[in-house]
Amino acid sequence: MPVVEMTSHLYRFFPQLQGRTISVPAGSVAEVLRALETIAPGFSDYVLDEQGALRRHVTVSVNDTLVIDRMHLSDRVPEDGTVYIFQALSGG
Amino acid sequence: MSDTLLLGTRKGTVILDRNTAGWRPRAIAHAGVPICYAARDPRDGTLWASLDHGHWGTKLSRSRDAGASWEEVTPPRFPKGARYIVKYLPTPDFDPNAPAGEPEYADATVFKIWTLAFGNADQSGRLYAGTIPGGLFVSDDGGDSWALNRPLWNHESRGGDLFIGEATSENRWAGTPASADYGVFEPGIHSIVVDPSAGDHLHVAVSTAGVLESSDGGQSWTGRNRGMLMDYLPNPAAEWGHDPHCVTACPGQPDHLWQQNHCGVFYSDDGARNWRKVSVPEAGVHFGFPVVADAHDGRTAWVVPARADSERMAIDGGLFVARTSDGGQSWQTFRDGLPQDNAYDIVLRHALDIAGERLCFGSTTGNLYLSEDRGESWRCLGNNFPPIYSVRFG
Repeated sequence: MPVVEMTSHLYRFFPQLQGRTISVPAGSVAEVLRALETIAPGFSDYVLDEQGALRRHVTVSVNDTLVIDRMHLSDRVPEDGTVYIFQALSGG
Repeated sequence: MSDTLLLGTRKGTVILDRNTAGWRPRAIAHAGVPICYAARDPRDGTLWASLDHGHWGTKLSRSRDAGASWEEVTPPRFPKGARYIVKYLPTPDFDPNAPAGEPEYADATVFKIWTLAFGNADQSGRLYAGTIPGGLFVSDDGGDSWALNRPLWNHESRGGDLFIGEATSENRWAGTPASADYGVFEPGIHSIVVDPSAGDHLHVAVSTAGVLESSDGGQSWTGRNRGMLMDYLPNPAAEWGHDPHCVTACPGQPDHLWQQNHCGVFYSDDGARNWRKVSVPEAGVHFGFPVVADAHDGRTAWVVPARADSERMAIDGGLFVARTSDGGQSWQTFRDGLPQDNAYDIVLRHALDIAGERLCFGSTTGNLYLSEDRGESWRCLGNNFPPIYSVRFG
């Protein structure tokens, strides 16, 4: 099964995700995020807007390839893939 | 008078309590998260904070134990099918008289929850949220769920009902500079005034469109911008396109409303049906963001003037507060206790509040000032707060 790794900043809001291996069924990135939502209710709202698109300053990659379809998240996640969720850095 | 202050700051929610030792801040809540607005619901004491995570979107947080703990609640979100007509910042060759082109549509998403307001005492659970891009949201269950006010979203001044089809009119609402932080140029609702004597009577202020009024609980809306001026446009008295920075009303005389914008201080004593310019530029009372009205006397109001428009800082390095008690015919300025040299503070639209004889304001420079005598003298409550976006007595 694919695994999900993410920026530690998200553990502040979803401590139940910290320190565990997050395994989800293979499928599209959208399906992976839906699976995460069942583990951590409210998670989707942190990375997606209400139209289902990736938030402007959120980046997702499958292995080392950034997802192309930021609107519908149709990029495929293979059985042995790793999905990374991270944010653009900003200061101030 | 209230003995609690809530600050929405660049780095979290700060609560100050007044005790025998004076005003003391508690440990910051929502540490590190920008807070657009924080306020206390006077009906049940619930504290509210609007969070603006840079990466993770807008959120709402609520405390039902006076700030000891906070819980995240489902924030306002646009329903499927909510669209708007995109605007862009005017370019140097912008021709305001050119015919409108084909509208460009975008699906709506909440960029910022700019303000919150509470229903009347007899409207249990009623809350309002004003957002960028120009959506008014209503909750009737104490903030557990929110619904878009569609009559305002679908107003003919925005192009009509885009849920059901193409635009039936031109979008007359322009963008607010505050939306540039989100990479867009869209309007925002920053002021929601609930008539204390009639909960279904509302005014909202939109940057950049103007003031609208509803007398039927938000089922219909009418523009209320007669008398407003936009000196920077070919037609300064155009119906739409005004940029009220903040609109407020006297609770005891709700037909008395105040606002300040790029082109002056404006006052209405007939429920916003007619505005008149009451600023005195030679006295420095002209440009600024916040305005508050006395609780009982609608002719009495306070502003914290600034230098217009591109500089946006204290005038000549000195910070002062101005008060009128005759509907803006004359203004008194007060400087006692405020810095008069090398002050560059700007006080944003939600960062001045009043509770009885007390007033308080905070600046983007992180300074917080309190008056116990209706603004005539001031003392500093701290110089090292984060940039302050909102100040509300609790």
